Order: sequence, then C-alpha cells, then structure tokens
Amino acid sequence: MKKLRKKVYLTAGYNTISLGTGRSEFNPKKPMPGIEHYISEAGQNTLKKIGGPDKVDEIVVGNFMAARFNKQAHLGGFSGMIDKGLEFKPATRVEGACASGGLSVLTGIKNIMADFSDVVLSLGVEVQNSMKAIYGADVLAGAGWFQKRKNGHAYFFPGQFSDRAGAYYEKYGFDYTRKGLGQWFVNAIENARLCPTAQEHENKVPDLHALYNSRKPDGRFFVDDLTVFDCSKVSDGASAIAIVSEEGLERIGVSKEQAVEVMGVGHRVRNITQDPPNMVELTTIKKAAHDALEMAGITIDQLGTIETHDCFSIAGILATEALGYAEPGKGAGFVAEGNTSREGKIPMNTTGGLIGWGHPTGGTGVHMAVTVWEQLTGNAGNAQIKFNEDKPYAMSINMGGDDVTVVAMVYKKAQ
Amino acid sequence: MEYADRLENVTVLGAAGKMGSGILLLTAVEMAELNLLPENKNKVFVLNAMDVSQEGLKGVMRYLRAQVLRIAEKKTVMIRKMYTDRDDLDENSDYIRQYVEDVMSVVRPTTRLESAYESKLIFEAVAENKSLKVKLFSQIDSNNQNKPWYFTNTSSVPINEMEKEAGLDGRIIGFHFYNPPAVQKLVEIIKTDKTAEEVNEFAHEYAKRLRKIVVPSMDFAGFIGNGHFMRDALHGMKEAEELAKDYTLPEAIYMVNKVTQEYLVRPMGIFQLVDYVGIDVVNFIMGVMNPYLPDEELSHRLLEKMLELEVKGGQRSDGSQKDGFLKYDKGKAVAIFDPDKKEYVDINEIKEKCDEILGPLPEEHIVWKKAVRLKGEAKDEILAKFFNALKNMDTLGAELAINYGKRSKEIGEQLVNSKVAYKEEDVNTVMLTGFFHAYGPINQFFD
Repeated sequence: MKKLRKKVYLTAGYNTISLGTGRSEFNPKKPMPGIEHYISEAGQNTLKKIGGPDKVDEIVVGNFMAARFNKQAHLGGFSGMIDKGLEFKPATRVEGACASGGLSVLTGIKNIMADFSDVVLSLGVEVQNSMKAIYGADVLAGAGWFQKRKNGHAYFFPGQFSDRAGAYYEKYGFDYTRKGLGQWFVNAIENARLCPTAQEHENKVPDLHALYNSRKPDGRFFVDDLTVFDCSKVSDGASAIAIVSEEGLERIGVSKEQAVEVMGVGHRVRNITQDPPNMVELTTIKKAAHDALEMAGITIDQLGTIETHDCFSIAGILATEALGYAEPGKGAGFVAEGNTSREGKIPMNTTGGLIGWGHPTGGTGVHMAVTVWEQLTGNAGNAQIKFNEDKPYAMSINMGGDDVTVVAMVYKKAQ
Repeated sequence: MEYADRLENVTVLGAAGKMGSGILLLTAVEMAELNLLPENKNKVFVLNAMDVSQEGLKGVMRYLRAQVLRIAEKKTVMIRKMYTDRDDLDENSDYIRQYVEDVMSVVRPTTRLESAYESKLIFEAVAENKSLKVKLFSQIDSNNQNKPWYFTNTSSVPINEMEKEAGLDGRIIGFHFYNPPAVQKLVEIIKTDKTAEEVNEFAHEYAKRLRKIVVPSMDFAGFIGNGHFMRDALHGMKEAEELAKDYTLPEAIYMVNKVTQEYLVRPMGIFQLVDYVGIDVVNFIMGVMNPYLPDEELSHRLLEKMLELEVKGGQRSDGSQKDGFLKYDKGKAVAIFDPDKKEYVDINEIKEKCDEILGPLPEEHIVWKKAVRLKGEAKDEILAKFFNALKNMDTLGAELAINYGKRSKEIGEQLVNSKVAYKEEDVNTVMLTGFFHAYGPINQFFD
C-alpha cells in the first residue's frame, strides 16, 4: 500500500508511571501493583477522555511476556475488568517482543482501515519487577532465538547490543563512540526530569557526564562493551491510546485539535534464527523507517521529533544512521554534538526514551505513540517542544528483539 | 599435597554457630568450585558440617541454601562459564539451580565427631573454651591417619598452647574471620612458633581465593582485633564510670556512647558495639586474655554486673539485636539500662540534658557514613579539620573525644611495641576493615 486509503487518528493517550529503580515509590520488599493495576489505570484514563466504554468497538492489548513475568496469559480477557462496559467486546492480545506495543497500535490502525472498527482502545503493558533482574534476563531472552540462549550472555539482550557496541568501537574508535553513547544517556536523563511519569524523573545527579564516565564496561561482572548506564532499566508500566476513524472521532466527541493523524506506517520482520546481517547497522529499522516515510510522502527533514527504541544507547546511535541523519560511523559524533538533544537539529526521545522514561517492554510501542501525540497536540507539559512550520511531522520506531520486528510510524497533527 | 587435595575432605567444627556457618558457606562454595574444574571432575569433595545441635544444623542448612542462592544470582555471569560442557543448561535459572545443587551436595551435616576422622583440614569454630578445643583436636588427631591441619577461628585463646596440649606439632594456625565471615573482608592469620610453612602458605592461598584481606598477627592474647577492641571498650567503661560520679550511670553511658560514635566518627558507639558482640562474649574474651597480661587488668565490674542481671546483648538467630547496655527498637537505640534500678531509661528523657553537657559538635563535623566513603588525602584533610576544630573547643564532649582518640592510638602502638602486630599499618588495616572504622587508630589527629 503506497498511501493509507483512509484517515486514521490517534487521541486520548495516557501513560502510567514507569515503576522501577529510580522511582521513590519503588520498594521491591513491599507488595507492588500487579499487571491488573496497570491495565486498569491506563485503560480507564483513556476511556475517560473518549466518553466511556460504549464508544469503543474493540480492544487490542500489546504485551510481551506476562505469561512468564506474571504467570498470566490471555490478556484480552482483562478488558471487562478495565470497565464493565467493555465486557463482551472483541479483544485481542498481540505479541512481537518489545515491539508488542507498536503492533498493538498497528493492529488498531489496520482494523480501522478494514472497516471493522471506528474506535479501537490500544493498550500496551508489561510488569517486570516481579522477579530479580537475573531471572528477568531469561524471560527477555525470549525475544531472541531460544536455541542461541545457551551461548548467549547471562544478561542476554545487553549481551547482544554489547556485541554491536563492540563492533562499532572496533570500526570507529572506542573513545569517539563512548562520547556519543554518553551524550545519549545525558539527553535521556535530562528529558526524563521534565516528565513526571518517567522512571528517571527524580534523578538529581548534578554531573551526568561524570556519572556516565564513572563506570567502564567490565565483562567480568556485566557485559563486555556496555555499562548499566547504556541500558534501559527494568520497568513496570502501561500506556493506552484511542485509534479512531473520521467517524470515530465524531463519535467520541474529540476535536481534531486534540488528535494526530497517522501519515505512514512501516512494519518489517527479520529472520530471528539468523545473526544480524550487519552488526553496525539496524537493517530492519532502516527498511521500516523508509517505508513509513515513503508512505507519508516526506523526508527526514520534515520531522520535528522522533521517539526511537533506545533499549541500549548504541541502538540510539545506530538509529540516527539508519534514519539517514548521519553516515555510517558518524552517528556517535552526530549525537555527541548535541543534534538529538531537545534543542538540537532533531529532538529525539523528548521524555527520556527507554533509558530515561523507562521500558515496560510490551508497553513501549504504545508509550511512544502517546508521547508523540502529547508533543504534536501540546499536551507534553514541561517536556513540550516547539515544532517549526517546515517540520510538522513526528515519527516513532519500535523494535522487538535485536532488530527483528520493527514498527515505524509517521504522524502529524490532525487538520 | 596440592591445594585442591587438601580441600577434598574438610570438617567445620561448630558449623551451626555464627562464625561456623559463615566459614561453612565460604568453604562449601570454594570446594564446589574446585570440584567443577575439569581436572577435579572425578573427585569427591566432602565438607562435614559438624555441630552438637541437630536443630542448629537444620537451621544452618537452610541458611546455607539461601546464601548460596544469593551468591549464584550475583555471579551468574561467571557461573555460566563454569558449566560450558553442560548442554542441558540454557537459562540463568538452570545454571543457578545446578550451582546451588552442586554446592549443597558437598556439605554433609553431622553431629558425629567421627566424620572428621577422614578430613585433611579441620576448621574450628566452637565456643571460646580452650579445654574443649584441645579435647576435640586431640580426639580427632589420634583417630585421623591424614595428619590433618587445624585452622582455628579463636579470637583470644593462645594457639601455641592448644598446639602443645593437643600435640599438633606445627599443624595448627589461627585463621580468624570477622563476623559475619561471608561479608567481612578481614582475616587475621596467626602462626604459632612451630606452624609449618606449607600450612601458612595454604592459609594465605585459601584467604586469597576467598578474596580476603589478610593481616598477620602474633599469637598473643586477643591478637590485633580483640587486642584493640577489648582495651578500647575498657577505656569507654572507665570513662563512663568516671562520669557517673557527676551524672547518673545511664547518662554517663549515653554520653560515652555518643562521643565514641559521633565525635570519633565511628560506625557505632562503644556500648552499642559491646552489645553487638555480646556483653557475655566481651567479658569472656577479657577473661581469656587477662591471665596473659600481667601489667594490665582486663575486666570491668560493669560487665559483671550486667551479666549478673542477665542482660547480655548479642544477636538473635535472625540477626536482630538483643537488648544490652542499650535497648533497641528495629536496630535503633531507644533506652539505656540502669543497673542500679534494673530498668531501662528512655533516651528521650536524658538526651537533651546530656547533649547540652557534651556541648555542640563543630560545623566541620562529618558523619561516619560519609567519611567512610572518602579516600586518601581528601579523607585525611576533612577528618583533620574536624578533629582540629574539636581540639580548639572547650567542651566535655570534645575533651572525652580527644582523650579517647589518644587512648585508641596508645592501644594501637602498644600492639606494635609488644609485637602482636608486625607493623602499625596492620593495626590500622584491622580497625578499618574488621571494624569499619573511617580511620586507623594510629594517626596524628589527636596529638
């Protein structure tokens, strides 16, 4: 499909907090809110903004691994718990590892396109602090091919991206790369401080560069080429957003002022049983982002902000290259020079991204859509950025596994 | 005999005790990891956890499993590399389970001393009772064909004497862990006059493998750690006794405890530390040390008085603090014992008055928690600034603190002069690592 054959809008976004280390509410010794809490909070708040459950045709829940983190599958069954009015409506749970949230939004869009629904409630949720990180690493490793688990790292995914960082160091230089990764971390925390739901919102460390540089990668204790500051944290959280047609928008009584229009989507999936074709390139992201931009009929020069999947700082650097902001090998420099900061050439992850805001894996894709919606409609509070007239578009890139499933979307404020 | 061979069959005596259980944990892990090396795969490593109490053994096995699990969860990165030959292990949880199983399977809980008859190495962590220790050593040694080595965890009993009385002839060494052994980095190694060099070498190798900081100490009453602590505590009790001439005893105890914690920048006040170790244990160790110190009197009637009233301090098996000189609520001191009235006095009733008598802390004051994180010259500078400010103050608190600091240094120097410690640095290392002090007792701060 070259163009979306029908207008699709997103509105009424809501994010719970991202709970985990860094938040003052977080205390692993005390009972913590369960997955039910997050689903309810996110779902109910979006329902409130669209006039209640009666307006909804169907529910799509994005989730990665509740079956292991919470011993809970069948998440569609929880829509009646969100609100009694949602009971007996169609509900589907979708999964694509950390791109599950993106798939949730995309599934909603497709069902609007297919004329099945006019109002879809899209949710994304993950509750990961139910176990220690060392066991959580086992669960998250399910985003890769299990037959490679044996020879992978104890911290499987940090291991995968550490190898990418290592390849980048080798090709383009260690110190040069670390500068870019360090700046990515600093941007993430500074942006998170502006967003009250962010996991790093309360981070008060005065010198973030010094903090970042206080640790050197050490394979004896963690992975060879990254430190904890290069990684997103373990997070619990949920996000919800309404996906609506032109008729749906009328039905829920939300003005276009408060909605964004989906201009293009890209969805690509790489063979999970094979190693990445190029360790210093996010090939699937490159293809999916290209698709979304092409469908929207724009170039990257028209983008005012991007939410990109920085589960690890190196993924942020590689995304700048995959998108075409920097030549291969120049991404670290591009970030180090401040081009991706909130005042930079292309503000990325304006509420902290996965490293700063948090990464409730199956919820992240929806969180990205909500953040983009907030920015384009002026609902981003202290984290609000300004859009230039010649850059009215925004983009989200949600990745599952090591560049395996990617959902990219381009949005614009509705007119 | 190679290092691993010596560790093939080991017994821990007093395995269910506070020290014994820690030694058991560290040794079980070390033995299991040796067993995992390719060259040792076919050997059978045996660690006898010997204790007289069946109930204690049940508890220690539970403790052991929980602790090994924690260790496994912490070093999964390394553990995965130990099992590269195991195709059936994939996830971290698989490796962790296997590792815990392998460590636990080394350990054999037993109440029978006969189990030690096949051991090549005996760790002794029974009560601080010389005749009991000697009796156990003799019985094992006369029934054991391996000429085993004996590592005693005693903190006060002269090892030369035990060696002689049990006829061990160079096969014993002091291997003094600090409490709790699994956490504390410090180990004092104490040779006797006859300890064989290979025993000493093995002790150092074992300590190194356990990543311990070793301080060699002479076999003399209390070695370095208790040599300092007992005298330091005695000074505190004497100061309190002196103060009690003008104030009530609980007030005096409060003041000395506060000065030794806050003014001296230590992790806890001296009376709290005595409670932590146990009033009975402190009194007992003093009693063991005292006969060997003809020029000193290492005892105090305050300790005896408390014990007569059966107020002992120490910790419960769950690690919580029992009441002693101080009464504790969730680890925090809330009241102070009055031995005359046989009751605790609420700290809030005397705090304000006593704090005023002690006088204010200078603004250069630094709390222990912060000081202990500082390093090198920066730390010395900040501490010197604070202690200099104290020296220039004319308050009771400052006076008590300066005198305490001077006495602490004197004790340290005495340990070096009497050759209990080989050098000043060793005394400081023991107090820094074994007692978590922010600075060593031998310093220039109080001169």
